[in-house]
Amino acid sequence: MDEALLRSLTPAVLGILVRRGADFAAAEDALQDALVEAVKAWPDDPPRDPKGWLVTAAWRKFLDATRSDTARRRREDVVNAEPERGPSPDTDDTLQLYFLCAHPSLTPSSAVALTLRAVGGLTTKQIAQAYLVPEATMAQRISRAKKTVGDVRFDQPGDVATLLRVLYLVFNEGYSGDVDLAAEAIRLTRRLATAIDHPEVSGLLALMLLHHARRASRTRDGALVPLAEQDRGQWDTRLIAEGVEILQAALARDRLGEFQAQAAIAALHADAFVAEETDWVQIVEWYDELLALTGSPVVRLNRAVAVGEADGPRAGLKALAELDESLPRYSAVAAYLHERDGDLRTAARLYVEAAGKASNLAERDYLTRQAARLNN
Amino acid sequence: MAKYLLLKHYRGAPEPVNNVPMDQWSQDEITAHIKYMNDFADKLKETGEFVDGQALEQTGTWVRYDGEGRPPVTDGPFAETKDLIAGWMVIDTDSYERALELAGELSAAPGKDGRPIHEWLEIRPFYGNAPTITE
Repeated sequence: MDEALLRSLTPAVLGILVRRGADFAAAEDALQDALVEAVKAWPDDPPRDPKGWLVTAAWRKFLDATRSDTARRRREDVVNAEPERGPSPDTDDTLQLYFLCAHPSLTPSSAVALTLRAVGGLTTKQIAQAYLVPEATMAQRISRAKKTVGDVRFDQPGDVATLLRVLYLVFNEGYSGDVDLAAEAIRLTRRLATAIDHPEVSGLLALMLLHHARRASRTRDGALVPLAEQDRGQWDTRLIAEGVEILQAALARDRLGEFQAQAAIAALHADAFVAEETDWVQIVEWYDELLALTGSPVVRLNRAVAVGEADGPRAGLKALAELDESLPRYSAVAAYLHERDGDLRTAARLYVEAAGKASNLAERDYLTRQAARLNN
Repeated sequence: MAKYLLLKHYRGAPEPVNNVPMDQWSQDEITAHIKYMNDFADKLKETGEFVDGQALEQTGTWVRYDGEGRPPVTDGPFAETKDLIAGWMVIDTDSYERALELAGELSAAPGKDGRPIHEWLEIRPFYGNAPTITE
């Protein structure tokens, strides 16, 4: 049973159902039912044409549901109408589906859930487990999301920026649960990159690949390992090479965007065989680009770290002094720069403060260890 | 997309505005109060923001390890314990602001004379996942 194949067919099949006249919500339900049937039937009787099999099964489910519906007549008009079967390449349908599931009218959590189900082909249960909420809660979230986009026309051009943010959110959720959300985000972004030609889509894909390449080295016995201390021998050079190649092609088009700039920074890190070889001067330049694009205070904070590496901790502290102390990770950055500057007492105090403000356990524990290291 | 714990206290929270103990309410006021809480949970189930909700008994005992081969030591309950948790609800919301809004709504549950209790609830964020991209 090839679950990956099954899930890769999801968007195309859904697109066909919608083009045949099914409304999105009903088509999506029908496809979920068909997927469940496929999981049961395929191991004993693998279809010669998996996509055709799914389309037939899902369409039948849709008709069954429509017939049993009280609004029978209205729906039957739709069903009986001759479906349009003009040339509609899968890529178009897939792209429209991405846009619909990440529609700007949806909240981030709804868009994420709907994308994982309708585009990713995950079950509600899998998504619920990944986000640690009850299945019923996730089912409601998805059903409301479908209602929200119910009136959106399938052929409207979508908003690429919103879509990319949704995929970024999925990737950044990390690796908890049965479903590997990072790998799933990469799969969905790869697919998107084949359906639309856009430098920021490439930028996001490159960014994901470059970070994914460092995955094995990012934790040791469950504890966070900072970039400078990671075992670079564990980095996946194949993924890095792919990420760099995609990024270079995107940058060559001279339409810089946020994700390309972030990927460029990740590529510079990936390029150093040892941490000391990192080209911090270039990284600062990329942070300047990123800052010009976003104006984000978080970027300013990261830039202060890079300045600290490029021009020394005093310069980093000076850059930091211009920022708002309430920024997340401000204390952690301040602690690090003070330690590099030799003021261990202040650094230890700030590490404790940073641990108290951390928003995840791995960071809290890491920062607590830093304080303990300096205090002992 | 972050989880928050809404904690309700039997004791230990600041005084609510409509501060009349439940045993002084009418039957209908008690019914209305319970219905409000249940409706609130149902609404969150519908919006896809509900994770869990439980109520705790009013008794509790302190327990600690007492060395190899010995049974754990228990003590209490201490009548004078300042803080006594009554129950919790775990919600999963898109923002902290939304979590605050919901906590405010829960705190408006009706009490004596059908007026909102304005009860103080404690809101505590859960630790999230370590994000993949930080630099």
